[in-house]
Amino acid sequence: MAEAVLALEGLHKRFGALTATDDVSLTLRPGEIHALIGPNGAGKSTLIAQIAGSLRPDAGRILLGGEEITGLSVAARARRGLGRSFQVSSLAEPLPAIRNVMIGVQAQAGHSFRFWKPAERDPRLIEPALAALARMGLAHRAWTPVAELSHGERRALEVACALAMKPRALLLDEPMAGLGPEGSARLTELLESLRLEVPILLIEHDMQAVFRLAERISVLVAGRVIAHGDGDTIRRDPQVRDAYLGE
Amino acid sequence: MTDQTPSGTLPGDLPARPPRRLGRRGTVQLVMLALLLVLPVAADLLGHPYYVTLASRLTLIAMAAVGLNLALGYGGMVSFGHAAYFGLGGYVAGIGAYHAFDATAFMGMFPGSDNLLVLWPIAMLACGLLALLIGAVSLRTSGVYFIMITLAFAQMVYYFANSWPTYGGQDGLPIYIRNQLPGLDTQDPLTFFLICFAGLVLAMALTSRLMGSRFGAALTMARLNDTRLATAGITPYPVRLVSFVISAMITGLAGALYADLNGFVSPSMLSWHMSGELMVIVILGGVGRLYGPLAGAVLYISMETLLGGLTEYWQLFLGLTLLGVVLFARHGVMGWLAGREPHG
Ligand SMILES: Nc1ncnc2c1ncn2[C@@H]1O[C@H](COP(=O)(O)OP(=O)(O)O)[C@@H](O)[C@H]1O
Ligand SMILES: [Mg+2]
Repeated sequence: MAEAVLALEGLHKRFGALTATDDVSLTLRPGEIHALIGPNGAGKSTLIAQIAGSLRPDAGRILLGGEEITGLSVAARARRGLGRSFQVSSLAEPLPAIRNVMIGVQAQAGHSFRFWKPAERDPRLIEPALAALARMGLAHRAWTPVAELSHGERRALEVACALAMKPRALLLDEPMAGLGPEGSARLTELLESLRLEVPILLIEHDMQAVFRLAERISVLVAGRVIAHGDGDTIRRDPQVRDAYLGE
Repeated sequence: MTDQTPSGTLPGDLPARPPRRLGRRGTVQLVMLALLLVLPVAADLLGHPYYVTLASRLTLIAMAAVGLNLALGYGGMVSFGHAAYFGLGGYVAGIGAYHAFDATAFMGMFPGSDNLLVLWPIAMLACGLLALLIGAVSLRTSGVYFIMITLAFAQMVYYFANSWPTYGGQDGLPIYIRNQLPGLDTQDPLTFFLICFAGLVLAMALTSRLMGSRFGAALTMARLNDTRLATAGITPYPVRLVSFVISAMITGLAGALYADLNGFVSPSMLSWHMSGELMVIVILGGVGRLYGPLAGAVLYISMETLLGGLTEYWQLFLGLTLLGVVLFARHGVMGWLAGREPHG
């Protein structure tokens, strides 16, 4: 079995009396989509925040490509290849879509303290950004301000932003939220096509999408992983049906 | 996938990018600069040096505001302490002239100089270092705390200048003979105006170039959404700090020129009124717009000159204008004259 791209080891996080992450260990392997499901308030977003570096875990380790990144900043983790999308889109609204993507290309190239050469028409930034946008079906919207994009387009744009960084692992927090069946199906297809390019840790409520995409599923309830396995295992797990699938 | 990609993705023929034209905005900007250059020349020819000096003052205030605009407008860092750099630049010019005149040395070590080619780099360096110090601390905070900390630092500099008797303390320091630029007569009002004008144009050109660069893209993102910037892999803090330092250096150079224009530097250049005045000018003109500081300075100086002659309460009208801009014309005078920026 290939070595995990991303590994969490015994993560703990408390908010006062609330345990948001309770001894979570999981891995993301090359070429896989690993889905993380669970009811609202289970601690899924909190977990993503700890992996991405915007929250510090109280205990535990996070490894990317075998190297510990637990103490690194958000930006340092991103430079090492951690791409992320947010549950609530976080984009620069007045800027054209492509400028949101170009900043990731620029960060990847490591050239942000260049003060003179025009960047907005630099093909070394524009071309990879356009490629990432095209990957998500957004090339025709490249120069449209984010504020004018539809909700679905924004969700896809966030993924394009992450893709432009040439990530080693993607963390997607409910990318299909609010998309409707058609949009969900479309995004599912796009994510399917990314699988071999970059492994994805996917948080999603859309069960159809999850069962279709994920090789492995972990179920988080009250901060704890209560079940783990492939789609069939999860579907049959009585504890999961009880706590989450509600059947 | 290829059907999504617009045709012609080759470099030099970039897709779907709206072409650039001079347009209304470009025309307004060009006219503004042309008037700023032509009117003082005309005033000089017609024998009105007072207006030439007034134009120099306007130009330097605009240049100081161009510096502030880089931090406040483009970087979203609401500095309420830019008078510190304006005044420090002024004091460098004043102290250099003082020691050159006396043939003594600054702190017993550095001889004075009245050569602007020496004084300007020193002024910019000093302001850059001060801003590095102040910025390094202040930029750990944001919002109201940032405003208050920048103000507090500037007040420290103000009281320090007030209580340093060698350089005049609260009485200030005269510059008896305007500092020199080899080959030019800086005493001549028009020559000095042209130096100021060149300074303003350079500061604006630098800002424009900077904001179009990769660094500018990062700074813009730091202002609009620093989570996005960090998530992309760029740490916002050093980007902000560097722009804060450059901003202070521009304002400091304007301050050095301003002291030479007035033949005088005093703690009033360091006071919070000065910081506020620069902020008002940036906001009046249009926050984060290249020509905003110039437009704001024109409006400010016009009101001060025209209304100030009629009533000592002219600042009441300034306040009302500011209120109007903040409430009804969020993009300032430039937004009103030239329309919205395309984006950013
Ligand atoms: N910064 C915070 N401070 C305090 N409590 C928090 C914070 N962030 C999340 N929580 C709480 O932690 C729990 C898990 O939240 P979250 O990770 O957003 O859940 P999910 O994404 O699974 O819906 C919730 O009860 C939430 O209220
Ligand atoms: Mg969540």
